Amino acid sequence: MSGLSLIGLKKVFEKGTPNAKLALDQVNLEVASGDFITVLGSNGAGKSTLFNAILGKFRLDRGKIILDGEDITRLKDYKRAYNIGCLYQNPLRGTAPNMTIEENLALAYTRKARKSFFAVNKKDSEYFRSLLRELDLGLEDRMKTQMGLLSGGQRQAASLLMATIAEPKLLLLDEHTAALDPATAEKVLDLTKKIIAKRQLTCLMITHNMQSALALGNRTIVMDSGRIVLDVSGAEREQLTVPQLLQRFRENAGKELSADRMLLG
Amino acid sequence: MNILSLLISALSQGMIYAPMALGVYIAFRILNTPDLTIDGSFVAGMCVCAVVTIAGHPYLALLCGMAVGALAGLLTGLMQTQLRINPILSGILTMTGLYTINFMVLGGQSNLYLQRTAVNSAGAETQVASDTLYKTFRAFLVELTGNKRLDNNLSVLIITAVIVAVVAAVLAVFFHTRTGMAIRATGDNEEMVRSSSINADRSRIFGIMLSNALVAFSGALLCEQQRYADLNFGNGMLVVGLASVIIGQVFFGKRSVTLGIISAVVGSLIYRIILQAAYKIDMPSYAVKLLSAVIVVIALTLPLLKRLVTERRANREEETEA
Ligand SMILES: Nc1ncnc2c1ncn2[C@@H]1O[C@H](COP(=O)(O)OP(=O)(O)O)[C@@H](O)[C@H]1O
Ligand SMILES: [Mg+2]
Repeated sequence: MSGLSLIGLKKVFEKGTPNAKLALDQVNLEVASGDFITVLGSNGAGKSTLFNAILGKFRLDRGKIILDGEDITRLKDYKRAYNIGCLYQNPLRGTAPNMTIEENLALAYTRKARKSFFAVNKKDSEYFRSLLRELDLGLEDRMKTQMGLLSGGQRQAASLLMATIAEPKLLLLDEHTAALDPATAEKVLDLTKKIIAKRQLTCLMITHNMQSALALGNRTIVMDSGRIVLDVSGAEREQLTVPQLLQRFRENAGKELSADRMLLG
Repeated sequence: MNILSLLISALSQGMIYAPMALGVYIAFRILNTPDLTIDGSFVAGMCVCAVVTIAGHPYLALLCGMAVGALAGLLTGLMQTQLRINPILSGILTMTGLYTINFMVLGGQSNLYLQRTAVNSAGAETQVASDTLYKTFRAFLVELTGNKRLDNNLSVLIITAVIVAVVAAVLAVFFHTRTGMAIRATGDNEEMVRSSSINADRSRIFGIMLSNALVAFSGALLCEQQRYADLNFGNGMLVVGLASVIIGQVFFGKRSVTLGIISAVVGSLIYRIILQAAYKIDMPSYAVKLLSAVIVVIALTLPLLKRLVTERRANREEETEA
């Protein structure tokens, strides 16, 4: 069975202290290969924690994670990264500032690259150049430029390439456009759609824009207090409007989907 | 001594300490992590080299010195990555532990001369100087040139420069291989390295081992050149290394790793020239450490001063505009 299965994930942070926090509460999710799922939920709902669980950033209290038929629950984070690409809100997290664009890409490609003595070599560089050209940001002519000299949007676009360069079985996007200005955010989102479509990636994307959560991908889940409280796809989702989504959330979670950071439009 | 021979003496010392500066460069600039193992591994390199040299293997002694440095680095690296001990403390722990080991290696004394006891033709015991890399090379040069009064420092400078050139070239190439680039990236953004499915802990440990192997190699070279090992020679070595790296940066900036490697070597040379000049104006030798510390403090304060000056200038311009 390909795709991703999350079975009964549970995580309590600072267990046994007065600050104990139930961050994941019996999360079950079946992601089919090729799914593009958008993830909604108010601040502190456990969205990032869910991603970190999949990425192996901490040990789960309970539950199992199966990626493409392989149980990865106990696998170290860097070993999971062989098949999982991820992108965070902060564009600085995904790239090494004092290394060149080319070196950054070469590093990200290491896991799938053919063996070579030098990390940067002609053949790979040609491939990187063609990938950069598709970004349409002029980065293909600046491959020897240090990553730290690029703007946030450029760095996020480069991070996107790095996260997908090794053809991951799963791509996790955690509000990866939230720190960018609106025009740049749109550009990066367009690139994201393009790359996901081209590589037919299985993807989970956290966003706080409800409109685009419903418009993008083929399925939307909403989290609250560490649980998945809403899961819509197919025809049902195509009909769904934002007010209806809010209504459904209210029924399931027994409270309002807090709109503090959520954009309705 | 005339100026030229003073210069040759300074350069020969600079070359001997150059691998140490390279080690400090790898720890502080490439891995971006302060490592205090360095003081200990320098002496460890010295001590192990002394013992093996006295046993009659001067070349093997250099390699053994290097290996013990790598081992010290391995311990610090394991403490940092597996036991999650703070990097500075990890280094201090290894350094402190090494003091005992070094003492034992020297056979329970605080210094050891590179000589062994032999019985001369008259049947009396005498001390015979052990063969060293430098002794052998000088003999070779003397034979080659026929100049029996050849400046000893010149011969030290020549052979050490060759060794350092090879070491620097190997490092420059290494840091462009996949393993080497992963070490650089680990110092730059460790999270990104893990996200790229590379074992960042292993990269870090390997980097610390390489750094301390180079430092210990310096200690070994110095041991063979000055013909003794001393338990307390390492105190403040880290500051000397930092001073060299920072001086080098003044000339080469912080651009590429290859330039960084060259600048650490050049920094080590210039540092020794500065010291030599200070001795020339009768600075006592015990003032060396204070001088090194002052150089590092000044160099580290420069960026702050620069910023203050620019800010003040900007403020003044704003005022005049208003
Ligand atoms: N490493 C951690 N230690 C303790 N608490 C954490 C940790 N990570 C997340 N939490 C808590 O878990 C809850 C869910 O956080 P998170 O998954 O970041 O929410 P979000 O849905 O906004 O991404 C929050 O209450 C947060 O404070
Ligand atoms: Mg979050």
